Amino acid sequence: MANKPLPLSNLAVGTKGKVESILIDGLLRRRLLDLGVVPGSVIEVVRVSPNGDPTAYLIKGALIGLRENEAKHILVHPI
Amino acid sequence: MSLTMNNLNKIIELSNYYQKNSQTSNRDKIVSQIYSQSEIIAKQAIRNNKDKTTDLDKRLDDILTSKIFGYPIMLLILSIVFWMTIVGANYPSQILATIFFYLQEQLTNLFQYFNAPEWLRGFLVDGVYRGLAWVVSVMLPPMAIFFPLFTILEDLGYLPRVAFNLDRFFQKAGAHGKQSLTMSMGFGCNAAGIISCRIIESPRERLIAILTNNFVPCNGRFPTLITVATIFFGAAVSALYSTIIASMVIVGIVIVGIIVTLITSWLLSKTLLKGVPSSFTLELPPYRKPQIMKVFIRSVYDRTMFVLKRAVKIAAPAGAITWLLANTYLNGNSLIDIGANFLQPLGYAIGLDGYILMAFILGFPANEIVFPILIMSYLSQGSLMELDSFAALKTLLLDHGWTWLTALNLLLFSLLHFPCGTTMLTIKKETGSIKWTALAFIIPTSIAFLVTFAVAQTVRLLGIL
Amino acid sequence: MVSINNQLSEKKVTEKEIVVALAGNPNTGKSTIFNALTGLKQHTGNWPGKTVSYARGNYVHRGKSFVLVDLPGTYSLLANSIDELIARDFICFAKPDVTIVVTDATNLIRNLNLALQIMEATNNVVVAINLLDEAERKGIIVNIDKLSEKLGLPVVGTVARNQMGLNRLKDTIDDIVTKKIVTNPLKIHYPPEIEQKIQEMTPELENILKGELNPRWVALRILEGDKTLIDSIKQYLVYKEIDIKGEVALCH
Repeated sequence: MANKPLPLSNLAVGTKGKVESILIDGLLRRRLLDLGVVPGSVIEVVRVSPNGDPTAYLIKGALIGLRENEAKHILVHPI
Repeated sequence: MSLTMNNLNKIIELSNYYQKNSQTSNRDKIVSQIYSQSEIIAKQAIRNNKDKTTDLDKRLDDILTSKIFGYPIMLLILSIVFWMTIVGANYPSQILATIFFYLQEQLTNLFQYFNAPEWLRGFLVDGVYRGLAWVVSVMLPPMAIFFPLFTILEDLGYLPRVAFNLDRFFQKAGAHGKQSLTMSMGFGCNAAGIISCRIIESPRERLIAILTNNFVPCNGRFPTLITVATIFFGAAVSALYSTIIASMVIVGIVIVGIIVTLITSWLLSKTLLKGVPSSFTLELPPYRKPQIMKVFIRSVYDRTMFVLKRAVKIAAPAGAITWLLANTYLNGNSLIDIGANFLQPLGYAIGLDGYILMAFILGFPANEIVFPILIMSYLSQGSLMELDSFAALKTLLLDHGWTWLTALNLLLFSLLHFPCGTTMLTIKKETGSIKWTALAFIIPTSIAFLVTFAVAQTVRLLGIL
Repeated sequence: MVSINNQLSEKKVTEKEIVVALAGNPNTGKSTIFNALTGLKQHTGNWPGKTVSYARGNYVHRGKSFVLVDLPGTYSLLANSIDELIARDFICFAKPDVTIVVTDATNLIRNLNLALQIMEATNNVVVAINLLDEAERKGIIVNIDKLSEKLGLPVVGTVARNQMGLNRLKDTIDDIVTKKIVTNPLKIHYPPEIEQKIQEMTPELENILKGELNPRWVALRILEGDKTLIDSIKQYLVYKEIDIKGEVALCH
């Protein structure tokens, strides 16, 4: 496993990351938790929308679209 | 059995005590634990044979959300849906109209047979029955075709991809990508579009979607748009191209609606609905084979119920009221004439006339009766004629001083004006707020007046009429 | 026709009617199951005091009448949104006789997440593993018996669109009602610091709640900082302002 955690939004399509932490509180954090973005989960970057944002991630077996300004709050270790 | 306030207070005490320290981290731990448990169980109970897993889905997504094909395919599918709705509805609409017209004759004969007074026949047959028949024959077929097509696209899993492709535009307007779906629903019926705004979880973005849904023309307005576009713009060129020109005018109107939607959404998100964009999470479910027959049967059933209910509750009374207004005279003028004369200056300022404004007001209960009311009131003053062709209709409109400006502004006003009664009721129900309901009326109406006023004044000033 | 059916069915409805709640993630074919079980005998309305609509339908099985209440599709029961609040309140406060959790066989992890949360709130749960045909096409084979053993609950495999497994499902629901099947749902064990606080709270909560709610479940909600629980308890258990079961399922 790599060393320094990065925002999920920095990962390239086709790569994966392991969630280290979520940086924001409130509703978005709870939503993300419910979708399986919990510390330790592996997230794969699957595809980007035709005009660059949002991006679709494979999270716990489901394909979930997140905007850049949401994905940037999720810190991951690239793998 | 029941708990007392005392019990409740003890619970509140407990939670105050325990919530002093880090609930966020507790929640993280609880959710993580549940998820890891799910993962363990799922691993034990599932055998994944090979990696054909998301193969087909992946390939489909590669095409449907690709930079090159994503948007063209979307437009193509949307065009097919509209084409099927408009062309497919034509035939059953004509059959229904024939049946209703036949029944109208029989009804008339029946009244004559019993020597019923003419006013009674007029009120019941020309007013109530015709209002009802019009709504059923015009609204039922397109609704029964349009909605199942969308349900099929939804069951297929395609609609979330549309939201995924388009989200950027909506994000820039401070709205949610799923608004593209609620707008699509609005093409069928704005009331249905507003109910569908429930798919937008965040309250702010949901309100934006609700307040702007009316800017997509619904099935009740399409027949008017098509008729006016065909006789005033299509007819300007040879018959060969007239359908094409008319279609382009309609597409233009729809595009105006989308632009107004995005601008209004942006303005709302900068003013009344200011705030941080709420969470955007959009699931892209696996593609699935839809159950086409089941969807159609269910939809025809549901839509028939909806339209019949609407026809009886709204169109029939509106037809009756219009007939009464057109046939009640005061000092030699019908009430409709008096109203229209009163509205004439305002109507003229925005490139319309008093009768058109009157029709929009009387048609408030249901958009699809605006045009029939207009024709009814134009006819009531002059000689009666058979309106069996576009040519006859055009003559009637020209006789009442219509120009291409009147036609254009009628299209724009119809696109932008206040939502119909059913939609207003739905907005009240969905927002639970009088303030938002009032704004849902005021915002589009102001925009409709502003835009048509600007167009009329510009055209007259430039003297290009 | 809907309203006529509805009036007829409402006349037959009594307190004895068996109430079954239908829960599940969005996109799991939950509504297909609902439609397949109830046919056109449906009634829709708004949840008491909410702007979210519900659907309710009836079916008869083994000579008994069942009321099926379709809950909003949710990812969790943690009351983040109105939908989740409604689903949670119905399961916890209306106490349906049985709760069906519809799950998507192609994405069990996230679906089991909801099932496990529901199992914390009620024992009378049957899990329907739906979309088995789709899973098979994707090379996923679900071991139903193993799942049932691990969860401590009846698990039924279904392909709702072909009606497959629906009779089994109805049998199982009835077996839970008649106690022919006794469930023993898996309980999740949390990290020690959380378990310890749960232990601390449980005795007092047992006294306070008088069997109306599961103390462990309430302790967990307190620990995660749920802001909605107090209101719901006040509404449903103290003032009894809303009779959620009566209004939604039984239509007094």
